Amino acid sequence: MSDPLLTERTKLFSVKSDWAYLFILYGVSGLFALICVVFLISVIVSSIPAWRHSGLSILYGRTWSQASDSFGALPIIVGTLLTTAIALVLAIPIGIGSALAIVHVLPGKARIYASSLVELLAAVPSVVYGLWGLLVLAPWFEKTVEPDLADITNGHWPFDAPFEGVGLLLAGCVLFVMILPMIVALSRDAIAVVPNDQFEGALSVGATKWQVLRSVVLPAARTGIVGAVTLATARALGETVAVAMVIGLNPLFPHSLFSTASTLASTIALEFQDATPLQVAALGALAVILMAMTAIVNWFGRRLIRRSGAQAQFG
Amino acid sequence: MVPVLVTQTPSPDGDVRSGPVAMRLEDVAVSFSGRTAIRDATFDVPRNKVTALIGPSGSGKTTLLRAINRLHDLTKGAVVTGKLMLGDTDIYTGGIPPTLLRTRVGMVFQRPNPFPTMSIYENVVSGLKFNGIHKKSVLDEAAESSLVAAALWDSVVDRLKAHASTLSGGEQQRLCIARALAVEPEVLLMDEPTSSLDPISTRLIEELLGELKSRVTIIIVTHNMQQAARVSDLCAFFLMGEDRAGEQIEVAPTRKLFSEPDDQRTLDYIQGRFG
Amino acid sequence: MSSTTIEGVPPDPMLERRELIQQVAHKTLKRRMLRSKVVVALCGFALLLALIPLFAILFSLVQKGLRWWSIDFFTKSPQFPSLLYPNDVGGIANALVGSLVIDGLAAVIAIPIGVVTGLFLAESDGQLANALRMTAEIMTGLPSILLGIFAYQVLVIGFHEWGIKLPGIGFAGIAGSFALGILMIPIIIKASENALRSVPFTIREAALALGARNGVVSRKVVIPTALPGLITAVLLALSRAVGETAPILWVIGASTVVTWNPLHEMAAMPLQIFQSATSPYTSLRAESWGIALSLVVVVLFLNLGSRLLAAWLQRERR
Repeated sequence: MSDPLLTERTKLFSVKSDWAYLFILYGVSGLFALICVVFLISVIVSSIPAWRHSGLSILYGRTWSQASDSFGALPIIVGTLLTTAIALVLAIPIGIGSALAIVHVLPGKARIYASSLVELLAAVPSVVYGLWGLLVLAPWFEKTVEPDLADITNGHWPFDAPFEGVGLLLAGCVLFVMILPMIVALSRDAIAVVPNDQFEGALSVGATKWQVLRSVVLPAARTGIVGAVTLATARALGETVAVAMVIGLNPLFPHSLFSTASTLASTIALEFQDATPLQVAALGALAVILMAMTAIVNWFGRRLIRRSGAQAQFG
Repeated sequence: MVPVLVTQTPSPDGDVRSGPVAMRLEDVAVSFSGRTAIRDATFDVPRNKVTALIGPSGSGKTTLLRAINRLHDLTKGAVVTGKLMLGDTDIYTGGIPPTLLRTRVGMVFQRPNPFPTMSIYENVVSGLKFNGIHKKSVLDEAAESSLVAAALWDSVVDRLKAHASTLSGGEQQRLCIARALAVEPEVLLMDEPTSSLDPISTRLIEELLGELKSRVTIIIVTHNMQQAARVSDLCAFFLMGEDRAGEQIEVAPTRKLFSEPDDQRTLDYIQGRFG
Repeated sequence: MSSTTIEGVPPDPMLERRELIQQVAHKTLKRRMLRSKVVVALCGFALLLALIPLFAILFSLVQKGLRWWSIDFFTKSPQFPSLLYPNDVGGIANALVGSLVIDGLAAVIAIPIGVVTGLFLAESDGQLANALRMTAEIMTGLPSILLGIFAYQVLVIGFHEWGIKLPGIGFAGIAGSFALGILMIPIIIKASENALRSVPFTIREAALALGARNGVVSRKVVIPTALPGLITAVLLALSRAVGETAPILWVIGASTVVTWNPLHEMAAMPLQIFQSATSPYTSLRAESWGIALSLVVVVLFLNLGSRLLAAWLQRERR
């Protein structure tokens, strides 16, 4: 049927629209816009006392302590970046590889099943991931995975902290599982859009399958794949509950993969309960930092996805 | 009065079929999941000549063409039967790996398909690189030679690093021809190469064919019979049969096929009664 | 190089090249094909790896959670484990009802705003509409905990400071609905704009030609035609909201009794899972699997439901 993008729309003023109709449309949309603006302002305003109290040291200070009202969030920012980095290091190769497999290795029907299964992963609520991470993975990490890793590397950094199960590595792994569906689905779309013509064209000069994928398909899908990874990064940066349950909430600088740590989102979530007004403001400051980070990364990601023409079904 | 189509290069009829043979087809048939798409293809492809596969759409010509460079290997449920000989070896059962086969049998597609992320130069030498040749002198030489043969060299010599998408449609198709030629195949398959191009580019490429055939054997599929009459030396006519499978009706030197075909159906086709 | 030199005829560079190419191609063939096979196999392996967590989670959920399912589980309120009965944790009726009320109210808030804004975006093209569209997109990408902060600032503190009389200190189920509603609105906006735009223009034209005004046309013609798509949009947003914990973390308070009053403090399923999983009581931790299984069933039901509906739509439209 008609392509939504090509459908002509009646401009609201070009056809006789009644006054009430316009009022409702503009009114409600305005309400939505208002909610967004108030939201933005309230988050920023809530953090003002904290900025007044500690200034920019929030961004580079190294001590975050509720007890002494000192608000240096650098370790928390570092924790956020590290958990996201771990998740990306795992998710990018496995995600892109899976996407290639779905489009170019699996036969027709299996392709649909595999895609649906991966997307099912995306529907699982984050608290369930946290539950699984805490009650199933953490003991396994503590008793098996971490000791094994320490054995293999002889306790060399970054595998040298006491084994607690919860910590950076576990949080990174849980995040990896959570962003995987996004990377697979969006990369799959970008890869599937590469015309078959080109695939055959490369084949017909004597390329092997991998040569075609590497030299023709992946470069053509590059924009979409980078967009996918960017969006996944934004998701990982902002993930709250699952990370809160498995990271151990330790506002000190993590010095090894096995240490407990903190992320912006998890700190906000867990310290809110018993916070004094000033502390609430400090958490608000963390929120502002988080909001800025995710908004920017998201914006880039969506631009890339749009440019590549791949479908963004996520969000 | 029946207009008689005359080929541009008048040659004695006996010539075409008596020379060396590049490929030999015997009872070749292609089916997809049990449903036959084309059968009874039997003819010899003369070396260094242009052989045209003609017939109305649906007659299986393209399917047959794609069997020659084993593109059907990618399609699930596709089965190719019969003997397809390249030189002394059977393409399917003679032990040639498809990847290698495709360096000896190249293909140009209906719509130009240059690789969009590569420059003009990289496009042309892509086949060589895929096959392990990386020496710059060899690549440069091959690039120049094939671009000259595709009548594109003069237009692009000063912008070899430009992206392929900066070329016009006709130029892109010639780029694809150059790309196919760069690996020096023995046979070049062309699947309706000018059907998406404007008349001027079409003319250019048709003229090209005359020069190219000294370098490669050409098999061209075209639904445009005038084109076939203009460029080919040998013609094979296909028609969709009652069972919706394409079948070979007649194979003859072009001159003969277009003036005194043996089969009534061929006559009907060239007189425009259908198609 | 050339093995076919004929006396007196200079070697043909083309033929020489051809031989060279075939030689090199032959030589490198084995290595290239092996590499191709290995890498392609690795990709397949990556896919398997990607599917393992899904099955692992589902397995754990069923294995540890199914045993909790019983009539009592869904109809009784929780009891704190006592020394005498350390394993008697009661049921999750409070969380079930809480989720129902909070999410239902959130939908009531979000659907009108989301669909109407979607209609606005589907009908206009200007700068304003583009800005609004971008805003909605950005909102869908924001961490949901920010919405919790917003709800807290406005409702909990607001209620408290402006002296709105409520039991407790301003925590209430409705604050959660507010936060979740804001979560749902942008999702509904995006999906309903798409659904509304895909109504063929001809249908709208026909109604306008009959003399109907734009508003009537929309209400009586366009929206009903797009209804399946709109329902899909709502289900999708709902499936997301039902599973969210962060926005309701500190605004709905807590309640161990079943209450249908949104102005009261309430419990909710995702929050319950969070608290039980992190609790020091073993029985509560074990119980969280049962709650999690219930939540996942609901979410999958909504999610698959919306997907099937969308797929059915595609078929119907063709």
